[in-house]
Amino acid sequence: MWDAFGFEFVNFYLIPGLVLGCIYALGAIGITLTFSILRFANFAHGEIMMSGAYLSWTVMAIAGYAGLTLHPLVAMVPAALLVILLFLGTDKFFYKPFRNSETIKVVMASFGMMLIIRSAVQVIWGPNQLTFVRGIAKPNPVLSDLSSDLGMMLIIPNKHLFIFAGTIIIVIALSYLLNQTRIGKAMRAVSDSPDLAHVTGIDVDKVIRATWIVGGICATAAGVFLVMDVQMLETTMGFRMLLPMFAAAILGGIGKPYGAVFGGLVIGLAEELSAYPWIGDAPLLSPGYKTGVAFAIMVVMLIVRPQGLFKGRSF
Amino acid sequence: MNLDHSDAVLSLNNLIAGYGQTEILHNLSIYVNPNEIVAIIGPNGAGKSTAIKAVLGLLNIKEGSVVLNDENITNTPAQKVIERGISYVPQTNNVFVNLSVQENLEMGAWTRPTGVEARLEEMYELFPDLAEKRSQAAGSLSGGQRQMVAMAKALMVDAKILLLDEPTAGLSPKYRSEIFATIQKIKGTGVPILIVEQNAKQALGVSDRGYVLVDGANRHTGTGAGLAADPEIARMFLGGGH
Amino acid sequence: MEAYVGYFLYFLSLLTVGGIYAIFALGLNVNWGFAGLFNVGIVGFAAVGAYTYALLTTAESTFHIGGFSLPLPFGMFAAMMTSAAIAGLIGLICIRLRADYLAIATIGIAEIIKLILKNESDITNGPRGINKIPRAWEHFSEERFYSSWPMNWFGTPENWEAFFGGLPHWYWQPLFAGTVLLVMYLIYCMLERARTSPWGRMMTAIRENESAARAAGKDVTRRRIEAFVIGAAIMGLAGAFFAQHLRLIEPTNTFDPAKVTFLVWVMLIVGGSGNNRGAILGAFLIWTIWSASELVITGSIDLISNIFTSIDTSLLVSRAGFLRMMLIGILMQVILQRYPAGILPEVRPASPKADKKIAGSTGETL
Repeated sequence: MWDAFGFEFVNFYLIPGLVLGCIYALGAIGITLTFSILRFANFAHGEIMMSGAYLSWTVMAIAGYAGLTLHPLVAMVPAALLVILLFLGTDKFFYKPFRNSETIKVVMASFGMMLIIRSAVQVIWGPNQLTFVRGIAKPNPVLSDLSSDLGMMLIIPNKHLFIFAGTIIIVIALSYLLNQTRIGKAMRAVSDSPDLAHVTGIDVDKVIRATWIVGGICATAAGVFLVMDVQMLETTMGFRMLLPMFAAAILGGIGKPYGAVFGGLVIGLAEELSAYPWIGDAPLLSPGYKTGVAFAIMVVMLIVRPQGLFKGRSF
Repeated sequence: MNLDHSDAVLSLNNLIAGYGQTEILHNLSIYVNPNEIVAIIGPNGAGKSTAIKAVLGLLNIKEGSVVLNDENITNTPAQKVIERGISYVPQTNNVFVNLSVQENLEMGAWTRPTGVEARLEEMYELFPDLAEKRSQAAGSLSGGQRQMVAMAKALMVDAKILLLDEPTAGLSPKYRSEIFATIQKIKGTGVPILIVEQNAKQALGVSDRGYVLVDGANRHTGTGAGLAADPEIARMFLGGGH
Repeated sequence: MEAYVGYFLYFLSLLTVGGIYAIFALGLNVNWGFAGLFNVGIVGFAAVGAYTYALLTTAESTFHIGGFSLPLPFGMFAAMMTSAAIAGLIGLICIRLRADYLAIATIGIAEIIKLILKNESDITNGPRGINKIPRAWEHFSEERFYSSWPMNWFGTPENWEAFFGGLPHWYWQPLFAGTVLLVMYLIYCMLERARTSPWGRMMTAIRENESAARAAGKDVTRRRIEAFVIGAAIMGLAGAFFAQHLRLIEPTNTFDPAKVTFLVWVMLIVGGSGNNRGAILGAFLIWTIWSASELVITGSIDLISNIFTSIDTSLLVSRAGFLRMMLIGILMQVILQRYPAGILPEVRPASPKADKKIAGSTGETL
């Protein structure tokens, strides 16, 4: 079974698909939480993710001038703090004024934020691509030795192992937060019914802040993981992620963080596997259309099951 | 019948209130004394639920005052009202369906500084049915049990008064009696209750006093038993007569 | 004299592009102002219109399918129809869902359209795009037009060549601007009639109180799809004008969502959503600010580079455009918060039943 095809399939399609899936999953968590707790589709989420990656790059560059070589995962921490501030500031000045008016006003404001943040990044860092980490990522030698002893050959670079480990840690931490902590339970309560949360005396503003913090951490991680994977920064990458992340959130069911994770993995795998030569030698779908897969899945879900696989909210 | 309300827990004094321009309450006065169950009954659209929402600061009070233990809480936002010790159970949508029973109660205790664990145990004693379902999602419970969860959730704080908005609406007669029995049990723990009800007869049966609301003002007041026996009120609501 | 011609031509191009944006804004007003549909896929409908027009009207080419050398009005009509058909399909799927989903779906369809334009190189010439798109009035001076029917009835190619050689090279510019403005005015008149018609009043009723409209037996979904399709058709037409104005279109930079979708939204919000005059005013205003600010910024960068000769201004040049976009975004946020009705607020169409309605509005809401 483990022949040349298996080698190619696992290393060049399955694992990249899972990596992409992890990135989508982390982005979709923020989208699904915002959608269910603040009740609007946040179009600026992709741009926030992108700015998190740029901030991490800057932290690494500053450390570089001081003679320090920081791992992206370390640089991510101060970047995440800045992203959280960006989220909270955006909420305070641009979203909160509309909290008691129609939802669509906030959606419009977030649409405006999308352009403002992207333009700001382009003004500060310039519109051209930046290199994130130089060099070719070598496969992890321990893993390839170990797996070839077992009769297969896994060539997974360290960056992908970091992405898998990081995603698993974040998802476990999130599940602890939502199920074991007071603020996490309150987030679920507000997602369930904001009106009831209000008359129960829950501090909804605090819950909203917590949502931005969780969303900010996940978005920064998603952004940094993405640039770790592709090794370069682009100002359009946030926008390109937006559609797959929405698709993942809708596939999993709005308001279901685990659904978002599952949806993210499905979308990531579907995008990569769509280019596998399932029939004959040619890719099933031209790689140029990869990004269309997410949209197709989303449209099918909206027609067949708008509440998503895990019975989320449908409006 | 106790007409003195100098030591009332909650009093609504000559309220004029409504949504935006629409005025629903015209000169409404209600008070609840310590250790009392007070029922508000009246035809549909008389402003019964609106009276409760006025207490919670969910609508605009134009004139009059709401006083909780000598503190004026007129037009105070809901969250602050609840922090001050008023607990409220809405008529519908009153539990977090995706949270377990226990999590619902924990959310009810949001404004309680300490002693949540002990209070939880007290609630499970008061509502024994809930103790065994504590880890079940509230959304999976029957209507009557949900109402129990909602009441227990509201009692998780040291409530100065409990406001119930039509707790038996849509329930079967068996559950209805159970709810009213529970309401009396809650009174036994020393919490006064203001209850808005459609089932006027049963509500007046458990109440110390009652108010009959018509067109946003109190038309009749009296003891629960007295009102239940009043032929005019019987004709209006109780007998289902025409 | 030459200088005045330059100013005149600049003014004409402001009017032309402003007019094209005004048509976009009128289309969006049918979606959003009339029916409350949050369409953020304007760039997709623009691209569909532009490519349809371009493929149908260009001369035969080896780079892309066709061109079919069809008459210009036919190309524009087809641009509207294609755009409308795509909108109908999206409408059937998404319109019954909440506004957020329609927003996501429209932003998605716009990306998919661009993806197709980029990838189907055999049809669209891919990223290299389509050029030599005929522009109304200017196209008469092209040989393939004056040497064929109907122009060859009126004169020989030689005559025509001499005729166009005698005209100033910009002869077409006032005519093209006039055509754009005329079409804009016609659409405006049609939409004003629609707005005050029973259809328009029904749209307002649906937008303000959907459940009441539904209860009154209105086919809400159908009306909304109609509004979505009509708006998209108008956007497709604007896209065809856009293609004529640019003469060269390609999928990525021509159809940048920031410069089409976002700018049109800002125009409608600033001008006043729900108000057709507001849409037109907003379009001209924002377009003037947009292109004037470009002049101001380039001018000041030149000034800086003349004063401080040591500074490398290339960085400033490359970033200034983004700063402009950012400021327009902030302008939109300010308008949204402070002046949500825009410069010309919506005027509700007078309804014969209006007086009765006010008298009858009593009773309890809860």
